[in-house]
Amino acid sequence: MTQSRPRIRVNGLTKIFADRTEAALALLKAGQSRAEILKATGAVVGLQDVSFDIAEGEILVVMGLSGSGKSTCLRCINRLIEPTAGSVFVDDVDITRLGERELMEFRRTRFGMVFQQFALFPHRSIVKNVEYGLEVQGVPASARRERAMAALETVGLKGWDQHFPSQLSGGMQQRAGLARALALNPDVLLMDEAFSALDPLIRRDMQGELVALQKRLKKTIVFVSHDLDEAIALGGRIVLMKDGRVVQQGTAADFLANPADDYVRRFVEHIDVLGVVTAGDAMRPPTAVKPWFSTAAEALASLVQSGEPVMTVVCQEGRFQGTVDADTLKAAGETELRLLLSDTDACVSSSATLNETVVKLAGGRGEIAVIDADRSLRGVIANADLVATLARRRAQPLH
Amino acid sequence: MAFEIPRIPLADWCDIALDWATEHFSGVTRALSAVIGTGIETITDFLVDLPPWLVIVAFGLAVWRLTTLRIALFSVLGFAFLWNLDLWRATMQSLVLVLVSTLFALAIGIPIGIGAAVSKRFWRVVAPVLDMMQTMPSFVYLIPAIPFFGLGAVSACFATIVFAMPPTIRLTALGIMQTPPELVEAADAFGSSRWQKLFKVQLPLAIPTIMAGINQTIMLALSMVVIAAMIGAGGLGGEVWKAIQRLEAGQGFQAGIAIVVLAVILDRITQHVARHMRRDKA
Repeated sequence: MTQSRPRIRVNGLTKIFADRTEAALALLKAGQSRAEILKATGAVVGLQDVSFDIAEGEILVVMGLSGSGKSTCLRCINRLIEPTAGSVFVDDVDITRLGERELMEFRRTRFGMVFQQFALFPHRSIVKNVEYGLEVQGVPASARRERAMAALETVGLKGWDQHFPSQLSGGMQQRAGLARALALNPDVLLMDEAFSALDPLIRRDMQGELVALQKRLKKTIVFVSHDLDEAIALGGRIVLMKDGRVVQQGTAADFLANPADDYVRRFVEHIDVLGVVTAGDAMRPPTAVKPWFSTAAEALASLVQSGEPVMTVVCQEGRFQGTVDADTLKAAGETELRLLLSDTDACVSSSATLNETVVKLAGGRGEIAVIDADRSLRGVIANADLVATLARRRAQPLH
Repeated sequence: MAFEIPRIPLADWCDIALDWATEHFSGVTRALSAVIGTGIETITDFLVDLPPWLVIVAFGLAVWRLTTLRIALFSVLGFAFLWNLDLWRATMQSLVLVLVSTLFALAIGIPIGIGAAVSKRFWRVVAPVLDMMQTMPSFVYLIPAIPFFGLGAVSACFATIVFAMPPTIRLTALGIMQTPPELVEAADAFGSSRWQKLFKVQLPLAIPTIMAGINQTIMLALSMVVIAAMIGAGGLGGEVWKAIQRLEAGQGFQAGIAIVVLAVILDRITQHVARHMRRDKA
């Protein structure tokens, strides 16, 4: 999934909550379970050998139920919680090895954090809240006001700068929380269940806005969530955690197609398949495709043989041009296909979800093309293929 | 008999410690006493020399600005009442003693409270001392005050500071320690230093709690200033003391009621200020 060099690399991260961690760590290395270690030493294993990479400009969702260690994991990245073992590299810097001053400096400039309960300072106006990180950095008053106002505008809170947090709704408070993190212009945004405290409708809006913002600002985002639908809406890779360990990482569609174990299978059981599976997952190779200088007669023969509902037409470079149905071909004789094209819009991007695909299919003639960003033909989906895909997902045994 | 365990000479030890301290430090404390005594006297004389109506009006205006018209009117009426009872001079003496002692108590107590909140170890030292300061009968402080500061206002001031300081220390520490953990976490996440966290987040959020401590300190200071009349502090307490010695119940109650009036005025003002700060926060 990630082609570019990882921006953040979490490696073997382990956290043990105890006054003395050596004994518990040794037991952990010896392969004892959490319960056994708790019984033997009284130590709680919060994280166990957690590793994952995050690429530049990626949204990674760390997901799990409460107590799975996802928030602990996030806090180990900026060391609000001190990891017991393992490393966290941001670019080439190992965060776990930074001294107190260096860590402070790193937090001031590189990390922006957004909290579940917003954690706005109640005694400061919204703009003073947004300015906080810059103030701590020692940015001069006029410059930081300017940057804070710009950040407020980015999150749609223009004109609310002089209000106090208690005067704003939850959604607006979290916008302010986001602005506070963005004002620093950090490379990395750490978001801890950032939208979980919001009403469902507002939550969905915020998810959409975050994705849009991300496209524009290209931040690297680590987003902690307990909500699979949220993880899907944010659209990135997911690291699924349970009992302090990573169970599986990949896209939601990966989880659905190849669940690592029963836990993952149950986690994705009620997933909205149409929203997760993409046209690229559901497509198959086309059997009736012709370049546009072929004649109608040639095409008709091939179409009849394939049994496809329509003929898919591409240009010399293999880019999708449109479709022609059998009736048109029969009437056209030796005419070149490019003169007969219709439905030049009967296509979806391979990354489109089935939700979008269904709409296209319904409006077409029983089959649509699946294309890349440059319109190269990747495959086709007919009505029957869609039905088969859905049936396959549903038929998966749960145990 | 078997019960011949020697009595622990606790009183002697205390005397020895005090004698030693007196011998070594009384020079300094006496000098300090002279300075503070002059200060207290100057302020008191200044207030008493002004026409009472002017002081009352000025005080009323100041209270109005700080709080509400209601509290300001109540203060003006209260002071006019005390003036009418011919207790003006005594009232001013008590008021100045209370304010000066409170000022010292805050100047010493708030930093100690901050220190106690920041350092667990320091808190472990301070907490039992505070318990002792608060449970020790207040009269006891008066005795050693005399060799150090002499009879009069400064000794009263010293005893009052010791007696009235604990709530300020306690509530300052409490207010800081009670900062919501998610706000402390947010401050940390944005790379605040310990001092930035303290001055930008914890202290501002603790102000309502600290104000409650200040209110208690003022109330305790007033009660101690009254008791300190026993070592010649004068003021309204002095009037009560005189009444006791002459068995004049009427005079005693008159002075007592005057103290209550002064207490209510001071309490209403500080409580209102504290509440107002809380509202700012919410």
